[in-house]
Amino acid sequence: MRQTRAIELGTGLFVLLGFAALFFLVTQITSREFGLGEGGYQLTASFEQVGSLKPGAPVSMSGVTIGRVESIAYDFNEYRARVALRIEPSYDRIPDDSDAGILTAGLLGGQYIGIGPGSSETFFRDGDRIEFTQSAIVLENLISKFLFSKAAEQQPAEETAQEATK
Amino acid sequence: MATSVLRELHESVEDALRALGAYTLFAGRLAAETPRALLRFRLVVEQVHNTGALSLVIIMMSGLFVGMVLGLQGFDLLERFGSEESLGSAAALGLLKELGPVITALLFAGRAGTALASELGLMRATDQLAAIEMMAVDPVRRVVMPRFLGGIISMPLLAAIFSMIGLYGAQLVGVQLMGVDQGQFWSQMRGAVEFDDVMEGVLKSVVFGIACSLVAVYEGYHSMPTAEGVGRATTRTVVISSVSILLLDYMLTAVML
Repeated sequence: MRQTRAIELGTGLFVLLGFAALFFLVTQITSREFGLGEGGYQLTASFEQVGSLKPGAPVSMSGVTIGRVESIAYDFNEYRARVALRIEPSYDRIPDDSDAGILTAGLLGGQYIGIGPGSSETFFRDGDRIEFTQSAIVLENLISKFLFSKAAEQQPAEETAQEATK
Repeated sequence: MATSVLRELHESVEDALRALGAYTLFAGRLAAETPRALLRFRLVVEQVHNTGALSLVIIMMSGLFVGMVLGLQGFDLLERFGSEESLGSAAALGLLKELGPVITALLFAGRAGTALASELGLMRATDQLAAIEMMAVDPVRRVVMPRFLGGIISMPLLAAIFSMIGLYGAQLVGVQLMGVDQGQFWSQMRGAVEFDDVMEGVLKSVVFGIACSLVAVYEGYHSMPTAEGVGRATTRTVVISSVSILLLDYMLTAVML
């Protein structure tokens, strides 16, 4: 009888530890947050380019996380990407002329949405849309822009040099 | 000369096919018995204790050291690219998706698989299985099934414990010893690891659990009723489980990546 009790105790401890480890891995290691999904209010914003933004990415103001990206979809009416944001209920005083931009955390970090406060007296409410948006920067576009501007700089310089030698 | 080689080849191919067929039939029989065996949960719990709780120490020790060496090697590698903050995500993904399930399964095959196989083999050798059959009790139902199910239940839990302790070890070396920023370590990890990554590891360890337990109970149950036969069953358990774990790991990774 005492032996079966010891077995039961050991097994119970093992199972408890196993599930605690699993719970720890799911809740602490991943960016998923449970139970907070329905709280807060929703804002939408449309972007020309979302880059590698993913659902679950943070929404921040001045570096403070105030919410999460809820969903990203393509809107065929506007031909832009439509991003839904879930903002925590305590941050309810965001001016309704604020702007949203897609920024990158560090050189190799993930992308997030940064909100810069506007100066309006009225605030965003549930379902509102952020009008002023700035798209994610695509590295290839940046490089090609840089190269073209370099080429354009060089061409006139070469022409004036040729005229001077004439 | 040539005909004897051909005949040997023919025989070994036939043997391999026969073994595969026997495994499949045995697995089918175990699957058919599963619902009924789950009703007699006491016996299963006893085996969860034998295979799971008694493997805890080796799993935790191994997890700690694997995590620590991952922290050390990962730091050395990432430092060359100047991105040692990514150590957290590298260690977490490596542990959750690969090292956790695979090393746990290999250790499980060595610790619990051999115990199951030699226990069943000895029961066979000492005619205990025949005695159970004499009492009109089906030995597969009474003896084999609880061991099979206990192994399947234990494996994912052991793998989760392994990964958690491993992460602690990686954190110990990376943050405390090598000086990676604590906040960066955890936040990069949280940013990189998705819920699906955790589930991939769990799925893998469930599949490995089924494979390991099946091999152990099959080899033990079908061992020769001699001292040599029991020894051979134990050896075969380790060899077949290890190879099939690594094979299954490749196939699962290729499917899920």
